[in-house]
Amino acid sequence: MNNTSQKSIREAFTNGKAFIPFLTCGDPDLETTGKLVRAAAENGADLIELGIPFSDPTAEGPVIQGANIRALSGGITTDKIFDFVRELRKDVTIPLVFMTYANVVFSYGAERFISTCREIGIAGIILPDLPFEEKEEFLPLCRQYGVALISLIAPTSDNRIAMIAKEAEGFLYIVSSLGVTGTRSEITTDLSSIVKVVKETADIPCAIGFGISTPEQAKKMAALADGVIVGSAIVKIIAEHGRESVPYVAEYVKKMKEAVKASF
Amino acid sequence: MADKKGRFGVHGGQYIPETLMNAVIELEEAYNHYKDDPEFNRELTTLLNEYAGRPSGLYYAEKLTKALGGAKIYLKREDLNHTGSHKINNVLGQALLAKKMGKTRLIAETGAGQHGVATATAAALLNMECVVFMGEEDTKRQALNVYRMRLLGAKVVPVTSGTATLKDAVSEAMREWTSRIADTHYCLGSVMGPHPFPTIVRDFQAVISKEIKEQILAKEHRLPDAVIACVGGGSNAMGSFYNFIEDKEVRLIGCEAAGRGIDTFETAATINTGRLGIFHGMKSYFCQDKYGQIAPVYSISAGLDYPGIGPEHANLHDTGRAEYVPVTDEEAVNAFEFLSRTEGIIPAIESAHAVAYAMKLAPEMTKEQIIVITISGRGDKDCAAIARYRGEDIHE
Repeated sequence: MNNTSQKSIREAFTNGKAFIPFLTCGDPDLETTGKLVRAAAENGADLIELGIPFSDPTAEGPVIQGANIRALSGGITTDKIFDFVRELRKDVTIPLVFMTYANVVFSYGAERFISTCREIGIAGIILPDLPFEEKEEFLPLCRQYGVALISLIAPTSDNRIAMIAKEAEGFLYIVSSLGVTGTRSEITTDLSSIVKVVKETADIPCAIGFGISTPEQAKKMAALADGVIVGSAIVKIIAEHGRESVPYVAEYVKKMKEAVKASF
Repeated sequence: MADKKGRFGVHGGQYIPETLMNAVIELEEAYNHYKDDPEFNRELTTLLNEYAGRPSGLYYAEKLTKALGGAKIYLKREDLNHTGSHKINNVLGQALLAKKMGKTRLIAETGAGQHGVATATAAALLNMECVVFMGEEDTKRQALNVYRMRLLGAKVVPVTSGTATLKDAVSEAMREWTSRIADTHYCLGSVMGPHPFPTIVRDFQAVISKEIKEQILAKEHRLPDAVIACVGGGSNAMGSFYNFIEDKEVRLIGCEAAGRGIDTFETAATINTGRLGIFHGMKSYFCQDKYGQIAPVYSISAGLDYPGIGPEHANLHDTGRAEYVPVTDEEAVNAFEFLSRTEGIIPAIESAHAVAYAMKLAPEMTKEQIIVITISGRGDKDCAAIARYRGEDIHE
């Protein structure tokens, strides 16, 4: 079932600076999520983060918490999401990674979860509650099945940046600011210093996420790294327009990709 | 004992966002430094004795013993501590540690409000800012404690996400900590969360079992046959058990909140209905569905209404060193009323879960045997809710 035409995470960073949108699977329903994935891919997204909802997402602000609640109350499960990705992979070649919480993977059975990711063409997994110290929980299985376990670096990482970068896989998720996900009017972290340490240590693409919503912010952030990740701003559009959100998200992705692509 | 990475068997660990990693590492280093610092320990002991009223009594409950007609029952009176529960033991330790670390602000989660009140109290005493996160549902169940926290100068933030109870208050406190770390210490209230919290909180609560041991040896010249305590996250139970773990002849019994029964979905009995998972920074047992979604648990007791249990308890369960038994709302309310009438002691509804199990166990034991029940808190805060449970609407 593994689609050989599916692009790798590396390739996502070869078309100028990368734009990485985040979508919560099943918000408002999987049919709409499917349309959103295709619209994002057609309008310039380089990689898509697919959120598997969790009941208690401790790294998320109110916007993505809301998406998780909507999706779960609609009856979304990990199995339904796996089937959904299998279906997507019939025509969608864009690299996809899952973003979820450690318990979703652990509870499903780590090997069953990670081997299924491989089978359905999921290139990586982002788990915000799995820091460097605990990655052994899933890393051996991720290596066995060729699924990248994507690491995060935070504004507070300081002396930990090189240690994390050295063993990073896929791409590095640079958290732009303190706190949880959600749009911010200003990002004050010295991100260029963080990226500099990473680049001195490892040859790995860096994408900045948390708090980015406008093309201006995206352009500024993309200049500091290899790409930007946008979640809450897109989820807000979906929360507002529901099943009718596809053209709005398509337009937003297009605008954001244009902003980041030319950034240097 | 926790190993280097904060593991108790397979349980524990540090499953938290990268943003918090240096904060917990800094906390661990500070704790390892101060826990053996004579000056720190002198200050803490003075606060515990002079301010919080320790040691708490070990009271021979003669009337309760006679009424049940079996084992001799002693009550460890944590309800007599300043602020009305065992929570102050841990809070004074953590607040003092935070102060030494240069923190000026304490944040905390609270269920019944006892930990929030204790944290607000320590913050007032030590001149620190204090913000307490409390599930909106619990702010209604425990309105008196909300007022007490405000009176003490704390800001109380009602949490509306999820089930609006203790688990959501923990999530929100963790979120707040990731957004403000430099001046803020998260004063976690139970033996849970990421390492080093389960170890720190257990060490600060271990004073309970240290005193029980000294007191029972002085009174009875022998160890008890059983120590019984209620378990939500498990701090008063861990404190009550800790110094008896090596004394294999002492049964250690944790009483979980079964709510409307462990065969219903309205329960919070983690060991009896949960399975292994990863949540709130730790690997332990959690009430969850087959996909790992955390269950919306229920108990009449806001302090036990939590879908997980501390990792050291999970390990004591795995090794068989401690037993964890379910106690329903109805049994706890009966015990709440029974202890009030027989001994003139109104226990917290949380502690009433421990009393309820002792009421079952004591009659099966001989008159020569000894049970110690930890009365983790006093029940004034619960009177309105229990009256409601009995169909009576009183104004607080």
